[in-house]
Amino acid sequence: MNVRAAVENKIIGLGDSVLILLNGLGDFTNFTVKTIYWTFKPPFRFKLLFDQLYFMGNKSLFIIFLTSIFTGAVFAFQIYLGFKAINADSFIGPIVTIAMAKELAPVLSGLVVAGRCGAAMAAQIGSMKVTEQIDALEVMGINSYQYLAVPRILGAMLAMPLLSGIFLLIGYYGSWLIGVKVIQIDEILYTQKISDFMRLGMVAEGLIKATVFGYLIGIIGTYQGFKVTGGAEGVGRGTNMAVVWGMITVLVVDFFLTSFLAKIL
Amino acid sequence: MTDYAVEFIGMTKKFGDSIILNDLNFGIARGKITTILGFSGAGKTTLMKHILGLVMPTEGDVIVLNQKVNDLSEYDLREFRRNFGMVFQYAALFDFLNSYENVAFPLREFTKMNEDEIREKVMGLLDSVGIAKDAAVKLPSELSGGMRKRVGLARGLALDPHIMLYDEPTSGLDPITTHTVYDLMRDTHRKNEHRGFTSIIISHDIHATLKYSDYIVFMEKGRVVEHLDVETFKKSENPVIRRFLEL
Repeated sequence: MNVRAAVENKIIGLGDSVLILLNGLGDFTNFTVKTIYWTFKPPFRFKLLFDQLYFMGNKSLFIIFLTSIFTGAVFAFQIYLGFKAINADSFIGPIVTIAMAKELAPVLSGLVVAGRCGAAMAAQIGSMKVTEQIDALEVMGINSYQYLAVPRILGAMLAMPLLSGIFLLIGYYGSWLIGVKVIQIDEILYTQKISDFMRLGMVAEGLIKATVFGYLIGIIGTYQGFKVTGGAEGVGRGTNMAVVWGMITVLVVDFFLTSFLAKIL
Repeated sequence: MTDYAVEFIGMTKKFGDSIILNDLNFGIARGKITTILGFSGAGKTTLMKHILGLVMPTEGDVIVLNQKVNDLSEYDLREFRRNFGMVFQYAALFDFLNSYENVAFPLREFTKMNEDEIREKVMGLLDSVGIAKDAAVKLPSELSGGMRKRVGLARGLALDPHIMLYDEPTSGLDPITTHTVYDLMRDTHRKNEHRGFTSIIISHDIHATLKYSDYIVFMEKGRVVEHLDVETFKKSENPVIRRFLEL
């Protein structure tokens, strides 16, 4: 009897978990559809979009600079340590640059933006929700999705490829510093090898990924903000979820996107 | 025949199996101050959301300014809400804008006024609610609770609404500031009375309600227990109201 009751409880628990998951997915899908709908409905709030672009792009430059220069430098150094054994250290340039163009620049920029801007989106919108500011917008006849979510999502979509491009340039400079100035690889050989192996499609792949990651970070950050309930604790929980889900999504989607883009580019 | 700004006709609201508002049939007089009074959980806030069209009735109709709210499309509802000003429980000022910009916000969104006209209107509104010029540049976090309510009132009045809604406007304020805010609400009402301006206050402050209202709607468990003018309300023999009056 006890075994039967335990099994029943397990099944009920599993059913509840599935229902919660489906409910969450439905809620998220509903939110996504609404934001897409309101993206194309006037009024178009360009000032809010530029404000977000400035916050996510310009204000993220310093952290992107630090991350990219050290990533480029350390990656170049690690490649050198491995490749010098087989006398292939002149390949540091193309390996680092290609890896950064296709993977490291969009993914690491994505992680930085998810941590910095995804959290900020959830915290700003969440605190507006718990202090009735979103209700105030709605009472005035302003759609809160259009006013708060759409500029942030579009801002992230525009800022991410720009940041990823900057990451690539600065990361390249970091690897060049190590490769040419520290390890003393001939500069002409270093750049020649890059131009031999590098293709425009590789850069395009990174930029496409960055745009998709920007959209995902934006939609997750704003959704978590709108979902906030309760007081300060709810805002903290929403912020945390925005960062965690933003980062996980970037990493998981990167895998599938790489497989897809490998076929078309 | 009474001229109503808001009318509920056989209006019921259910959330799942719970009945939140039960068969309401009453009107809120145009041009008067009406307070919706009741204990917590009586359905006051849900009632207010029906007036704004933020929540739709399960049965019956809500008529506001001669428009059936439950028949309006999403787009029409957004237009329709411009008839309202609202002061929230904790003012709900936009924390990323200073006092001036908070009041200017609806003007920038919904009018074609130029910066000079906006400045004149905003400074006039802030002055009318007793906010000094130097406080206009302060962020909401730098204002006291009472000042935030004043700025909230000025923002609510920016588009010259026909109906002003106050959701427990004196929550968290000391008794003196409470009466100052109520005085301001009454003065605002009197100034706009000539154009049929209607004030609807949600409250459980019985003393302020008796002093400042023209009519009182007393709610309990989703039903209207009494809807009377203040003088008649004071004499009500209803035991629930007596308990409230003797607080």
